Amino acid sequence: MTDATFQPAVSGKVDFTSPKAQAHLRKRYAVEKRFKAYGLTAIGFAALFILFLVSDIVIKAVPAFTEHRLTLTLTPTAERVAAGGKTDRDTLMQGDWIAVVRDGVGQFFPQVTNRTQRSKLYNELISIGAGEDIRDTVIADPSLIGKPVRANVLLSDDADLYFKGRMTGRNERNGGGLVGVSGTSDTVSITSGINDFAAELARVRSDLQVAARLAQLEATRLRTALETVVPDRRAALEEQVNRQIGIVADLEKRGRSVGGSETLGDNTASVLVKINGGVIKLTEIGNEKASGTVLIPLKTATEAKAGEWQILTLTTPEASRKLSDQQAAWLDRMKDEGLVSKTVATRIFTSGDSREPELAGILGGLAGSALTMLVTLSLCLPIGVFAAIYLEEFAPKNRLTDLIEVNINNLAAVPSIVFGLLGLAIFLNTFDMPRSSPLVGGLVLALLVLPTIIISARAALRAVPPSIREAALGLGASHQQAVFHHVLPLAMPGILTGTIIGMAHALGETAPLLMIGMVAFILEVPSSVTQSATALPVQIFLWSDLPEQAFQAKTAAAILILLVFLFIMNGAAILLRKRFERRW
Amino acid sequence: MAHWQQSGAIMLSIYLILMLAGIIAAFVLGRRRGAALYDGAGIARADVHSLPIYHGLMTATFAVAPMILALALWTSFAPGLSKSAAISAAPVKEITVEPARRQLEEQALYRDIQLSASLLNQGRPLTRPDLQPAAETYNTSKSRLFWALLLAGGVFGAAGGVFGLRRISVNLRSRNAFENVVLGVLIACSTVAVLTTIGILFSVLYETLQFAARYPFWSFLTGTVWSPSSLTLGALPLFAGTILITLIAISIAGPVGLFAAIYMSEYASQRFRDVAKPILEVLAGIPTVVFGFFAALTVAPLFKGFGDWLDLTLGTNLGVASESALAAGLVMGVMIIPFVSSLSDDVINAVPQSLRDGSYGMGATKSETIKKVVLPAALPGIVSAMMLAVSRAVGETMIVVMAAGLAGNLTWNPLQAVTTITVQIKTLLVGDQEFDSPKTLAAFALGFVLFFFTLALNMVALRIVRKYREQYD
Repeated sequence: MTDATFQPAVSGKVDFTSPKAQAHLRKRYAVEKRFKAYGLTAIGFAALFILFLVSDIVIKAVPAFTEHRLTLTLTPTAERVAAGGKTDRDTLMQGDWIAVVRDGVGQFFPQVTNRTQRSKLYNELISIGAGEDIRDTVIADPSLIGKPVRANVLLSDDADLYFKGRMTGRNERNGGGLVGVSGTSDTVSITSGINDFAAELARVRSDLQVAARLAQLEATRLRTALETVVPDRRAALEEQVNRQIGIVADLEKRGRSVGGSETLGDNTASVLVKINGGVIKLTEIGNEKASGTVLIPLKTATEAKAGEWQILTLTTPEASRKLSDQQAAWLDRMKDEGLVSKTVATRIFTSGDSREPELAGILGGLAGSALTMLVTLSLCLPIGVFAAIYLEEFAPKNRLTDLIEVNINNLAAVPSIVFGLLGLAIFLNTFDMPRSSPLVGGLVLALLVLPTIIISARAALRAVPPSIREAALGLGASHQQAVFHHVLPLAMPGILTGTIIGMAHALGETAPLLMIGMVAFILEVPSSVTQSATALPVQIFLWSDLPEQAFQAKTAAAILILLVFLFIMNGAAILLRKRFERRW
Repeated sequence: MAHWQQSGAIMLSIYLILMLAGIIAAFVLGRRRGAALYDGAGIARADVHSLPIYHGLMTATFAVAPMILALALWTSFAPGLSKSAAISAAPVKEITVEPARRQLEEQALYRDIQLSASLLNQGRPLTRPDLQPAAETYNTSKSRLFWALLLAGGVFGAAGGVFGLRRISVNLRSRNAFENVVLGVLIACSTVAVLTTIGILFSVLYETLQFAARYPFWSFLTGTVWSPSSLTLGALPLFAGTILITLIAISIAGPVGLFAAIYMSEYASQRFRDVAKPILEVLAGIPTVVFGFFAALTVAPLFKGFGDWLDLTLGTNLGVASESALAAGLVMGVMIIPFVSSLSDDVINAVPQSLRDGSYGMGATKSETIKKVVLPAALPGIVSAMMLAVSRAVGETMIVVMAAGLAGNLTWNPLQAVTTITVQIKTLLVGDQEFDSPKTLAAFALGFVLFFFTLALNMVALRIVRKYREQYD
C-alpha cells in the first residue's frame, strides 16, 4: 500500500446529531420506506389482477352449469313420430319430436293461435333440442307411442336467461289494495283503493330522468359535431340538435313532474299486473289508477283483494332485451304452473359445438385439443430431448453448434402467429396436408414448443453432475452408454417437468391454430388426427365472438375448464419437481 | 378429400404396423444371433466386440432403413401419380390456355374425382357420373401403389434384415455402428430448430416477394390508409396502432415488473417469496385467449362505462371507444409483467453481492444501494428484459384480436380503437381466402415485418444478456 493518508472530504467535524443531519436521515429512511412500498404495491397489483380475473370468470361461468327446463306430460302421437307406423330406431329418430313438444306446451296457452305469436312462443322460448328427452324415452320403449309421457323440455337460451335473472331485473310483489278491472281482454283499466302504483310511477319517472341524461349526452355530441360539419350539412344537423334538445326537455319535464300519470314506453321499465288468472301490461300509470293491454286473458273481471293480485316490474326496458313482455308473461305463467325446474347442466361436457347456446358443449374442442396435444407430444418430446442431448453432450464447440444455439434461443421468442404463417405456407399450401386438422395443429405447436423443451432439457442434463458421467466412463461405458444409461434417467424428471410446462403452454395457444383453419364451426366430435377439428382455446375464441348473451357464460365455463386443465398440468409439473428434485 | 385422407391414414397405419413388426423381428433375430456367438460356441463373452443387444439394434436398423426410404418415396410420389392417372382418364374438356386458370381448373377437377372416388368406395351414387372412369382409375391407381409400397417395403426390409443378420460376427463393431446411427439421429433432431427458422424465413419471404410484385412495397410501408376491402394497403395505421398498444403495455409491465423483481430479490423474505413467486407464475401460465376474453368482455366495457359516466356527469367529451387501445394495452401489460419480472429478477440476482456490501459499507440504505449500485450494474440486463417484453407485446395476437379494433385509425389517443399488425394478419387469413390475392399476400408481408422486427429485438436483447453474463461470470 502507499503512504497516502485518508483525507476527509469535509473539513472539520460532522455533527450527526444536529437537527439538520437528523432531518436528512429521516428523509432518507422515508425514501427507503416508500421504495419498499412501491415493490409491494407492484406485487399486490399483480395479485389483485389475478383475483379480479379469476373471480370475474367464475362469476360469469356459474350460470352455464345450470339450465331451466319444463317438465310436461307429452303425448307422442304415431302420426307425429312414427312415419308409416314403423317404430324402429331410424324412423323414430326422424320423427317430428319438436311438434310433440309444441302440442304439449300449447295446451297451456289455448289463446295463442296466430302465426307470429306461435313463433314467438314455440321458436323463441323452447329449445330446438327440446324433443331429445321424449325422443330417447320413446326410442327406449316404443310402446309409449300414443300414451301420455312425462318428459323434460329444454328451454331456449333466452328463456333460461330470463329465469336466471340475466335478461332483466325482476321484482314481484303483492298488490295492497282492492282493485277492479274494466274487462278481460284487449285494453283494460285498473283502479286500486290505495296508491298501489306509486312505487312503480316513481320508478318510471326515475327511468325517464336517466333517459333524459342520455339524450343530453347525445345532444352534446351532436353540438360538438356541429363545429366541424361541412357547410351544406350544417342546416340538417342544426335541426337535429334542436330536435334532440326538445326531446331532452320533454323527458326532463316528464321525469320531474309530480302526481298525475305517466306513459310507459321503450325507455322505461315494464310493469305487468297478474290478476284473475291473466296478465296485463300497463301502458299508463298513475298512483291509484292504471291502464294497459292484456297479455294473457283474464278469467273474470271481478274485483281482487289485497294479496290476490301481483305487480311485476321488469326493470330493463323492453327495447333493450331480447324477450318481449308477452314472452316474459308466458314464461311467468309456466313458472306459476310449477312446470319450470332448475337443474345442473351436464351438456357442456357431453356435446359438441352448436349454434344454439343451450345445446353447445366443449366436447368437440376438448377432443380436438387432446388429439392436437397427442401429435405435439409425440413429436416434440423425442425431438426436443434428442436435440438437447446432442447439444449438451456430444456437440463440438464450433460455429455451427453456436448458430444452432442462438437460433433456438431466438426461435423461443418468435411470435406464435408467425408459426401459424409457417404452418399455412408450408404444411397446408406446400405439402397439401388436411386443413383444420389436429395433425397440422399438432405439428405447428410442436415446432412452437420445441425451443422451450430443448432449453429446459438442456438445463436438466446440465444439472446432472459430471461425476456420474465420469464414473460410467471409468467403468468402461461408451460415451453414449454413459449418457443414455446414466445421465438421461437422472435428468428425466427435470425434462418431464419442462415438457409438461411446454405442453401446458401449447394447450393454451390459439393464434397459430387460427392460421391453419382450426376455427371452423364443427358439429362433430373429431376422432382422428386428420379430421377437421377445433381446439379448446379456439372454441373459447369462437364463442366469445358470438352475439348471444348465453354464450358468454359458456365461454367463461370453457375458460374455467381450460384453466383447470392447465392447473392440473402445472401442479403435476411442480409435484414432479418436488418429488424427484435432487441436489447434488 | 376427407375420404382420401382417411383411407390414406389407414394405409399409413397398416404400413407402420408392418414396419414395427419388421423392427421387432429383426431385433429379436439379431440379438439371438449375437448371443449365439458365445453361447456354447466355445468363445469367451469378452472376446465378442459388441453386446447382443447392439447386434439386434443394428439388424433392426438395416431392416427399417429401406422401409422408411420406401415410405418416403411413396408419400412424395404416390399422390402425384394417382392424380395424373386420374386426370388423364377424365373426359377431356376444352383446354384453357392460360396456365394459372388451367391449374385451378385441374385442381377443381381433381377434387371432383376424389369425391367421386370416395362415393364409389362407399357404393353411393356419383354426383358426376361422367367422372366414373376417372374415379375408378384413381382408386385402382391408389390401391396398386399401396400394394407396391407394401411389397417393396416388405421385400427390401426383409433383404436389409437378412443382410444385417449375416454380417454379425465376433469382430463386428455393431455398437460403434449403431452409436453412429444414433448420433446421426441426434444431429438431425437438433437441426429441426434451424429448419423451422429456415421454413419461417422461406414462407414469409417468398410470399412477401410475391406481394411486392403485385403491390408497391414502399406505399405498403408508408401508406396511411388501410382498407383491405378496397385493396388500399397502407400499413402505417397498423404500425402506429401496434406501437400505441405496446407503449401502453410496456408502461404498465415495465415499472410493475421491475419493482416486483426488485422487491422479490432484495427485500422479500423466503416465506414471502414462496407465496409471491407462484402468483407471477400463474400470471405467466394464463393463456392469452383468456386475457383476451377478460379484456374484451370486462375491462373494455368497464373503461367505456367509466368514460361515459365521466362524459355524463362532468361534461367531458372523452368518447371512449368500446374497443379502446387502453383496455387491450392494459391487459397486455399485465400479461407481460411476469416476463419483465422474471428476467429482471435473474439479472438483479446476478449482480455480485460484493457490490452491495461495498455500498452498505459506505453507509448507504438499501434503496440507495439498489438505485445507485445494483440497477446501474444490472442495467444492460434490464434493458434487454424490456426489449424482450416489447417483442412479446408486438407479437401478441389473441388479446388484440379480441379486444382491439379492426379499423385502421391513425391516432395516438389511447381511448380510441386502433388495430395492430397481428389483428390484421388474423383478419386477412382467417375465413375464405384465395391464396394468390394481394390481400392474403399482404398478411404474409405483415408477418414478414413482424418476424424481422421481433427477431432484431430478440437478437440484440439476447446478445446484451450474453455479454452481461460474461461480465460477472
